[in-house]
Amino acid sequence: MKTSGIIATLVLSSLLGTGTTQAKGPTIKIGAIFSVTGPAANLGGPEARTLEMLVQDANKKGGIGGNQIELVLKDSGSSPEKAISFAKQLIEEDKVFAIIGPSTSGETLKIKGIAEEGKTILLSCAAAEAIVNPVASYVFKVAPNDSHAARRIFEQMKKMGISKIGLLSSNTGFGKAGKEQVEKAAPGFGIAIVANEVYEKEATDLTAVVTKLKAANLQAFINWSIEPAQAIVIKNARQVGLSVPIFQSHGFGNIQYAKAAGPAAEGVIFPASRLLVADSLPAGDKQKPVLLKYKQSYEARYHEDASTFGGHAHDALLLLGKAVEKAGGLDKEKVRAALEGLQGVVGTAGIFNFSAHDHGGLGMDAFEMQTVKNGKFVVYSDMAAKK
Amino acid sequence: MSLDLLFQYLVAGITYGTIYAIVAIGFNIIYNTTGIINFAQGEFVMLGGMIGVTLHAFLPMPVAIAGAVVATMLVGALIEMLFIRWLRRPSVLRLIIITIGLSIAIRELALLLWGEGVRALPYFTGTAVTSLSVGDVHISPQVLWVLGISAVMVAALNFFFARTLLGRQMRACACNREAAQLCGISAKNMVTLSFVLSAGIGALAGCVISPITYVQYDSGSSLALKGFTVAILGGLGNSMAAVVAGLLLGTLESFSIWVMPAAYKDVIAISILLLILFVRPSGLFGNAEAARLKDY
Repeated sequence: MKTSGIIATLVLSSLLGTGTTQAKGPTIKIGAIFSVTGPAANLGGPEARTLEMLVQDANKKGGIGGNQIELVLKDSGSSPEKAISFAKQLIEEDKVFAIIGPSTSGETLKIKGIAEEGKTILLSCAAAEAIVNPVASYVFKVAPNDSHAARRIFEQMKKMGISKIGLLSSNTGFGKAGKEQVEKAAPGFGIAIVANEVYEKEATDLTAVVTKLKAANLQAFINWSIEPAQAIVIKNARQVGLSVPIFQSHGFGNIQYAKAAGPAAEGVIFPASRLLVADSLPAGDKQKPVLLKYKQSYEARYHEDASTFGGHAHDALLLLGKAVEKAGGLDKEKVRAALEGLQGVVGTAGIFNFSAHDHGGLGMDAFEMQTVKNGKFVVYSDMAAKK
Repeated sequence: MSLDLLFQYLVAGITYGTIYAIVAIGFNIIYNTTGIINFAQGEFVMLGGMIGVTLHAFLPMPVAIAGAVVATMLVGALIEMLFIRWLRRPSVLRLIIITIGLSIAIRELALLLWGEGVRALPYFTGTAVTSLSVGDVHISPQVLWVLGISAVMVAALNFFFARTLLGRQMRACACNREAAQLCGISAKNMVTLSFVLSAGIGALAGCVISPITYVQYDSGSSLALKGFTVAILGGLGNSMAAVVAGLLLGTLESFSIWVMPAAYKDVIAISILLLILFVRPSGLFGNAEAARLKDY
C-alpha cells in the first residue's frame, strides 16, 4: 500500500513537474500530505495541483522570504494509517520545515500529536473543530469550522421556519465530526432531529435511507459527507418523491458533484466559502481580488473548475509565507509564533485572524449560504431576494 | 409500516440487487470455463463505464456504449493473451494472484488516464430526478433499464451456453479440459473467449449502472466485492442463480436499513455470505456434487 502511494507521488511529481527547483541559496522544505486518491480524492486532487502550481510560481519569483521551496508531496489515499506513516517520514527522514494537509479531518486528528511532538508546523486543510480545540501549539487549520457551518445552516432553517429535520452523514471523520456539531447545535436553535442515519462511505445507492427519512415526516434534511454519496443521496431523495429542502455541508463545495447530480442538485442549500461565487461578488468585497486571482490561474492551468479545497492549500502556503517573512528567518519556533500572531490575512476561505487560543482563525462570516441554480453555484440570499 | 413504504424498500432492494447481479454474471462466465475467480472483474465494470463516458463526449449514447464494450473486450483478450495464455499448467492460486495484480494495475492506470473525478453517463430515460410512480411508490427508470438488460443478458448467455456449438465447447473445457482437447477443442481459445465475454458483460454493466452509482477509477473494487458475494451466494457458475441471489441480498440489505443504521448494511451482506459458506458451500442454487468436481 505504501509503495502505491510513493508511486503515485512519483508519477504526480513527474506529471506536474516538481523536483525542478534550482537549489540557489537557502531552501525551505515543505511537506504535503493530501488524499490525491481514495474516497476523498476530490479534496486532495485540487489541493495537490494547487500547491504544485503555487510552489512553481513562487519559486520563479524568488520563493518565500528569499528561500526556494522544495515540495515533498505524499498521497495518503484518504487513509489515516498512511497519513501517520507519511507524517513520521516527513518529520524524521525528510526533516521538513512544515507540513501542509492532510485533506481530511480523520487523517489530521491522527497526526496532530505527531506534529506536536516533532515540533513541526502543521497547516491542516480539514474542517473538524477538534483539530484546533484543544489547541496544540504547532497545529493550525485553514478550513472553516464545521460548527460554524452547522450554525449557518440552522440560522437559514430558522428563517425558513423549519423545526423538524433529518440528518444523514457518512461514516468518515468528516461525517462523524459534522454529525456531532449538528447534534450539539440543534437544540440551541429549537430544531429537532427526528431521523439520524449514518451510511458507509462507498455507498452507491441510498434509496432505502431516503425512504426511511421520507417515513419520518420531516421538513428538511441535512447531509454531511464528502464522497460521491452526497450527489447520490440528493438524486435518490428526489426519485422517491422526498421534496423537502435539502441542506448539505461545505463538503458540497465542488461543482463536480452538482454536475453529477444534474437537476437533483438544483436548490440544494449549503454553506461554503466565497470562492465558488467569486465572479458574482460585489466589487468592494475584500476577498474578491484574492479569489479571482487564484481561481483564474488554477482554471487556466488545469482546465477544471477551482474548488474550495484547492483554496485551502492556497491559504496554507500563503499563511506560511507571511509567517516566514514576519519571523525573518527559518527558525521553526519563531515562525510558529509569527503564524500565531497573524492578523487580517485575506485568503480564499475568509479573513484569517490567528491568536494563541485560536488556531483556526476564521469566523462565522467565512461561510456564505449558497445554492445551485442552472448547474452553477450562486449566493442563496441573492436568489431569495430575486424571488 | 404502510404498504407504500414496504414497496419503496422493496424497490430500493431491487435497485441494489440488480447492480450486484449484473456484476456477478461476469464472474460466473470466467469461472465456468477456467474454474478461477477473476478478481479484475470489477475493473472491467469500471473500464466500461469510464470508456463509455469518454466516448459519449462525441458519440451518441448507444454507439458510445457499444464502443466501450468492444474496447473493454479487447482489454480482456489482451490480458488473457499476455498474462494467462502462455502459463503451463497454472495452479488456481497462481491465476487468482495474477488477476488481483492486474486489477491493481488497471486501477492505477485508470487514475493516470482519467484522474480521480467522478463521472457518469446521463440517464437513459429522463433525468436524475425522473421516477415512475405507482401510488406513492417511486422507481427510477434507470433501474428498469438495469433489470431489463440483466434479463436479456442472462437469457442470451443461457442460450449461448446451452444451444450454440461455441458455448458447448466452452462448457466442455470447464468440465474436463483434457477430454475437451482430445475432442479437438482449443482450450486456450475458449479461455480467451471467456475473458472477452466477461469483459464485455462487465463493460455493459458499467455503462448501464453508471447513471445510478457513478464511476470513478476505484469504483470497481467495491462493486466486485458485492458481485463476488452474490456469485457465491447463488452458486458459482450459475448466472440465473446470480440474479435471484442478487435480488435476495439487495432486498435484505434494503430492509435491514428499516430496522438498523444504514452503515450496518455490509454487515448483513457479509454475515449472510459466511452463513451460506458454512451451511451450503455450493451456494443457494449450486449443486454440491458438481462443486466437488471443480478445482476451486
